[in-house]
Amino acid sequence: MPLPPLVASLTRHKLTALLLVLQVSLTCAIVCNVAFMIVERVQLLRQPSGVAENELVSIDSTDLDDNAQPLVRHDTDLAALRAIAGVKSAAAVDALPFNHHDWTNGIALVQDGPTRATATAFNGTPDELATLGLHLVEGRSFLPNEYVPLGSSHDWSGIDQVPVTIVTRALAEKLFPGQDPLGKAIYPDEKPVRIVGVINHLLRPQAHESADNDYATVFPMLPDANSVTYVLRTAPQDRSRVLKQATEALDRVHGNRILRHAQTFEQLRADFFHRNRTMIALLIAAAMGLLIVTALGIAGLASFWVQQRRRSIGIRRAVGATRRDILRYFQWENFLIVGTGVALGAVLAYGLNMLLMQQYEQPRLPMLYPAIGAFALWLLGQLAVLGPALRAASVPPVVATRTT
Amino acid sequence: MFRYYLLLAIYSFRRSRMLTVLMILAIGLGIGASMTMITVLHVMSGDPLPGRSAQLYVPVINPDPVSSSKPKDTAVDGAMTWPDAMYLLHAARADRQAAMAPGALPVRPAQASLRPFFESGHYVTADFFPMFGTPFRAGSGWTTQDDDSHARVVVLNAGLNRKLFGDSPSIGRSVRLKNTDFRVIGVLDDWQPQPTFYAQINSGAFGNTDQFFLPLATAQELDFDIAGRMSCWGSGGDARLSDHCTWLQFWVELDSPAKARAYRDFLAGYWRDQQTHGRFPRHENAQLFGLMDWLSNQHVVPGDLRLQLWLALGFLGVCMLNIVGLLLAKFLRRSGEISVRRALGARRRDVFLQLGIEAGAIGLAGGALGLGLAELGLWSVRQRPDGYAHLAQMDISMLLGTFLLAIIAGVCAGVIPAWRACNVTPALQLKTQ
Repeated sequence: MPLPPLVASLTRHKLTALLLVLQVSLTCAIVCNVAFMIVERVQLLRQPSGVAENELVSIDSTDLDDNAQPLVRHDTDLAALRAIAGVKSAAAVDALPFNHHDWTNGIALVQDGPTRATATAFNGTPDELATLGLHLVEGRSFLPNEYVPLGSSHDWSGIDQVPVTIVTRALAEKLFPGQDPLGKAIYPDEKPVRIVGVINHLLRPQAHESADNDYATVFPMLPDANSVTYVLRTAPQDRSRVLKQATEALDRVHGNRILRHAQTFEQLRADFFHRNRTMIALLIAAAMGLLIVTALGIAGLASFWVQQRRRSIGIRRAVGATRRDILRYFQWENFLIVGTGVALGAVLAYGLNMLLMQQYEQPRLPMLYPAIGAFALWLLGQLAVLGPALRAASVPPVVATRTT
Repeated sequence: MFRYYLLLAIYSFRRSRMLTVLMILAIGLGIGASMTMITVLHVMSGDPLPGRSAQLYVPVINPDPVSSSKPKDTAVDGAMTWPDAMYLLHAARADRQAAMAPGALPVRPAQASLRPFFESGHYVTADFFPMFGTPFRAGSGWTTQDDDSHARVVVLNAGLNRKLFGDSPSIGRSVRLKNTDFRVIGVLDDWQPQPTFYAQINSGAFGNTDQFFLPLATAQELDFDIAGRMSCWGSGGDARLSDHCTWLQFWVELDSPAKARAYRDFLAGYWRDQQTHGRFPRHENAQLFGLMDWLSNQHVVPGDLRLQLWLALGFLGVCMLNIVGLLLAKFLRRSGEISVRRALGARRRDVFLQLGIEAGAIGLAGGALGLGLAELGLWSVRQRPDGYAHLAQMDISMLLGTFLLAIIAGVCAGVIPAWRACNVTPALQLKTQ
């Protein structure tokens, strides 16, 4: 296909072609960034929490007795909960991934030293690890004699008495890069706490900056506030029944309390990410909308041009151009316009990405996105132009002999 | 003439029906999406306390050491320690001042039919009510003496009051919160400023409303749990009364800019004075934020929503480019017809007017569609489980804004093509025919 006549013809429609180029480039720039955001947010949605998500249900209980004995209350409650058919294990905890109860400590490596990382403290009764299904990759679990009360009513004083901890692999690598974390001491408050185990993942109760999301410490500290979260592990199909029976059982054991948030872990997770899911849906809708509008724009313009050039197409056909030549002509023309558009669009995409990096702490756009975006738009352009181009190809040579 | 041009426009639309529908659809979608988001942001950036907001300020002093990891976020931390808040409260250098913290307490109704339930509220000091001009349905707030004597008194909001006492008068009756009886001394007239500006600004700033208010000193004495964020540094435990844990919000009322300047100087003086006692390791940087400045500093409008607005505007931009291109092609295809009109004596402005009317009609139709789509969009926003959802309503100014946007969009889309088309050279066109 000789390009010069094609370009010469386009210069007769400078403004129209320019507008189309601009539209394609803007679409390309926005869609690339939107696609990148969608992928990022889907990754956020998919973060492993580290717990056995489809086997857990939880319920928050607040004892209203004036002289409540939380440690005793939790033991009695847990005994009643374990008696429910289908409950594999049960624990009283103060925090779960996604439940917003976030007690974060700055971790130092020497007494009163600088904070190396901040990590959420997860505390619970001895069955916590087994119930949550935390995967120990190194070291050991807690021993019965290592448990101390949390000291919720004494400014959480348990943190200065607890001897050992289990940390996530991400935290261990942050604090002791390249070293064996087992046996090392960390200072979440004033006293040293020795690391005895490392778990794979445990997501924090609130969203933190991406790298810090998995910084967690598990302490053998017994929750001793009047409010506590009971977690039960059961088979996935038993969850709703177990949840119902757990509420009844707790009410039976002790009526003077408030039970809240009886839910499966999956509900907890879904609620945590509902904004994110709305945003993903909107981003997808926006990207689709942009692509459709641009495709329609390309098709509409092409069909105008075909109508406008009927006579010249007829003349070309009359002097020997095949249908195929006409088809090719419109396809090449489209390729040229969309190609210029996506080239400009790739530059614009990086400009937009820079703005987003400043405003929304968005990371740099990988090269892959403009590449895929360009290919997709080019394909879209070819599809959009196919109809009008085929119509052009079917213009009979006899048109050349007619006056209008 | 206008009617004739309109007729011509309608003929032209009929000739390319599909395309006209597409253009109207594109402009409608663009305007609908943009107006939905502009409206949402408009209602969320509204003044929660009209008439009073200009006199309300948040003092910001930072007793904590600079953290090694510097956050990119520009939002400052306005939380205070107990000793600092109490000093500012008792120094009483502002016209009014109040310290406060959020709390959630079990409410235990007297009637057996109601089970105990959790309710959220605030622990505040006496000036809270006159400073924010809270509307009372009955009774009033408490006095500074009540603060000092840790009085067991409570002000209820209308919702909780109705739940506990129905329509019977409740002043003087008692309500049991956690494990203590409180005497109801005031009932608010369903006070729910949006956002809940005086609390820590987080994702719950819209929608959540406080249902009870009780003296801060009383809550501290009874060791009631706080429901907000508390951050501590250094060692010595996480104690609420200590000077190394921030968890209180503090507001002052200053009715003139001169007083605001004087108050800022007072804060700076306090900061330097504390440094001589070994506190406040940061370089002195006492700040005073006005209410509206405070809300924008604390990002009361979530970043995601601003992003949605930009996305909608970007979409509108692409739609506009699309329409300009299509109209241009459409008008230029009619070069012959235009040339004949010109040759028969129509002036350029006549042609421009004719084509402008055609473009304007598309803009207007798109605007009407956009208005419908914006209402649909706002409805879908109202279905979101977020606290701001119920605010997403279109008001008069937004309604007018939509039409203005539609007309501007229509005219903008029409001007370039119409101008370009009325400049075709008649002779050249007529010759090629």
